[in-house]
Amino acid sequence: MSEVSVLEAVRETLDEALGADDRVFLLGEDLETGGVFRATDGLAEKYPGRVLDTPLAESSIVGITIGAAHYGQRPIAEIQFADFIHAGFDQLCSEASRWSWRTRGEQYLPMVVRTPWGGGVHGGQHHSQSIEAYYAHMPGIKVVAPSFPADYRSLLKAAIADPNPVLFLEHKRTYRLIRQEVDGAPAEDRIGHSRITRTGDDLTVFAYGLMLHESLAAAEELAGDGIECTVVDLLTLNPLDQETILEAARATGKVLIVHEDTLTGGLGGEIAAIIAEQAFEDLDAPIRRVAAPDIPPMPFHEAMESFFMPDRTKIAAAARDLAAY
Amino acid sequence: MTASQTRVPRSSEMLHDYLLSEEQLESMYRYMLLSRRLEERMMTLNRQGRADFVIAGAGQEAAQVGAGMALKAGVDYAAPYYRDLGVMLVLGMTAREAMLNTLGKLDDPNSFGRQMTSHWGSVDRRVITQSSVVATQLVHAVGVALAAKMRNDPIVVFASCGEGSTSRGDFHEALNFAAIHKLPVIFFVENNGYAISVRTEKEMPVPHVADRASAYGIQSAVVDGLDAIAVYQTVRPAVDQSRRGGGPFLIEAKCFRMWAHSSDDDHRRYRPREELENWTSRDPIALFRSRVEEDCLFPPEDLDAIESGVDVEVRAAEKWAFDQPDPVGEDALGFVYKDADDV
Repeated sequence: MSEVSVLEAVRETLDEALGADDRVFLLGEDLETGGVFRATDGLAEKYPGRVLDTPLAESSIVGITIGAAHYGQRPIAEIQFADFIHAGFDQLCSEASRWSWRTRGEQYLPMVVRTPWGGGVHGGQHHSQSIEAYYAHMPGIKVVAPSFPADYRSLLKAAIADPNPVLFLEHKRTYRLIRQEVDGAPAEDRIGHSRITRTGDDLTVFAYGLMLHESLAAAEELAGDGIECTVVDLLTLNPLDQETILEAARATGKVLIVHEDTLTGGLGGEIAAIIAEQAFEDLDAPIRRVAAPDIPPMPFHEAMESFFMPDRTKIAAAARDLAAY
Repeated sequence: MTASQTRVPRSSEMLHDYLLSEEQLESMYRYMLLSRRLEERMMTLNRQGRADFVIAGAGQEAAQVGAGMALKAGVDYAAPYYRDLGVMLVLGMTAREAMLNTLGKLDDPNSFGRQMTSHWGSVDRRVITQSSVVATQLVHAVGVALAAKMRNDPIVVFASCGEGSTSRGDFHEALNFAAIHKLPVIFFVENNGYAISVRTEKEMPVPHVADRASAYGIQSAVVDGLDAIAVYQTVRPAVDQSRRGGGPFLIEAKCFRMWAHSSDDDHRRYRPREELENWTSRDPIALFRSRVEEDCLFPPEDLDAIESGVDVEVRAAEKWAFDQPDPVGEDALGFVYKDADDV
C-alpha cells in the first residue's frame, strides 16, 4: 500500500464502512459534492442515497444523527468545522451523552460525529479552534483525536463500530500535511488507549493532533543535544488512558503536557491532576504545560496566529528547561 | 375484578359519525380517567412529602389520548414530552409503572430512578428516551423517521411538545428537515397557553402554532384539544397519510392547563382568578362524558363503573409501587457507556 494522508485515511475508512454495512450513512453540509475538505469525495456517487446534504443547522445534524442511531442505523455526521459544533452542544451533551446512562443501556447510540479542528490554517476565530475540552468533560461521549493516518483508519473504524456516541476529531492542518505508509504502521484500534510513540529517559511529553507532530519534531531536535524524550500520543481524550499516562510519567519523572487549546480548563489540567494525584512521588520536577494563551482563539494574521499556537520551538524550549530542572 | 368485566363487552365495529368503535370510546374514557386519577394521586403524594416532583398533563388528557389512539402501539415510534402521561398509557404503560416512575423506584422502566419523573422512555413501546430539554426530541423523531424511510419500514413517528417548545430552534430545524425529506412525522403541539408563566402572546406573534407550518410547506391543522374524539379524527387521517408517504404534519391541539406548571409552581401568581375558577367547564373528561351520555352511547352506570374501576386500579398500583425497591446510591453508577458486548 502506498503512503496515505490523514484525509485519504479518513475517506478510505468511510468508503470501506459504507461498503461493509448498509446501515452506515453520512450526513452533513456539502457532503454530496465531497465536503469542503474533500473527505467524502466520490462517496455520494458510489453509495446513492447514503450521503446526505443537510441544511446548515448543526443542532439538527446532531439530533437527526441521534434519532437515526436510536433506530439502529450507523450514522456518521460531519460538522464542517469544529468551531460550529456548539450549536449542537445541547444535542451532544444534554441528550446523546446520557442516552445509555438514563436507560441503563436499554437505549444506546452507535453514532459518530466527525469534525475538523485545530489551527495553523489562517482560519481565524471560527475555523481554527480546539473544542475538545468542552466535550471531553462530558461522561458518555467518547472523544478521539488521532495524529497519524494509520490511527485515523483504525480508530475511525472503531468509532463506527462503537455502540456509543464518538466525537472524532480530525486535525485539519494535518489533513494533507501528514502522510504515512500505513501497511505495518503501528495503529491503535481501541478507543480509550494512548500510545507511547517515542521513548527517552529525560522527560515525558503528552500531546495529540498537530501538537503530537510538533512534539516529535522537538524531541528529534532535543535528541541532537542529548536530551531524550518519551512522547505519548494520547489518541483518546475521553475516557483518558490513565494507565499509560501514569506509566509514561513515572518512566522519566518529568512531565510536559502540550496542547493547542488555551491553557485554562484545557485537558492539560486534567492530565496534570491525574499524575499529581497518583504519581506525585515519582516526579522530579513540577509538571509543565505548553498551551495557547488565554485569549479568545484564534487570531487571524499569521504573526499573531504563530504567536498564539504552540510549536516545536516553544515545546523544545520548555523541554530544555524541564530537563535542566 | 375490573369494571369492564362486569359489563357486556362493547362492539369493535366503527361508528361512522365518530370514526371510532364503542370499544375504542370506552378505552378513550378509561385512559383519560386513568391519567387524571394517577396525576391526582401523584400530586397528593407530593403534598404529603412522599413524591419529590410532579409535572402533569391534567386538562390535556383529551389531546394526549385522542392522539395516542391514532397510532399503532408497538409499531409507531413516539417522542412524547413530560406532560404526556395520557400518551404513555395508550402506548401500554401501566398504572403500576407510572407509580414506580413517580416514586423514582429502581424498577421504573423509563429511567430506573435516574431521571426526574415523567421523563419517558421504553424500548418495547418504542418511546424514545426523553429529557427536560424541550424540543430536542422533535429532532430525534426526525432522525428515527429518516432511518425508517431509508429501510422502507412503514412506521410513523409521533413527536409531541408544548407550545413553549415551538420557540426553540430545534422545533424549526425538525420541521424543515422533515419537510425536505417528506418524512413520516406527526408533530403534535399541545398548546396550553403557557410556557410556565409566559402567555402565548409573548411567545409568538401569530395566533396559532400551526400557522408556522406554511413556512415549511407542511400540512397543518388546529383542533380543539378538549375534545378527544375531534383530536382522534384529526390525527388519525394524518397518521394514515403520513404512513403512505404523504410527509409530515403539524397538528396543534388547543388545550387548557388545569394545574400549575409543576408541583413546584404556584400559578395563582400569574393566571387570572376567573381562568382558574372556571376550569371545570373546560375539563375534557367531563366534556367527553356528557357527549357520550347525550348521544346515548353509554348509560351513566357504565361510565361510573369505569370510574370506580380506575380508582381501584390507581390505589392498588400506588400501594404496590411503595413496596418496590428503591435504588441505593451506587445504582447511579454504570451504563455511562453501552457495553459493546451487550449489543
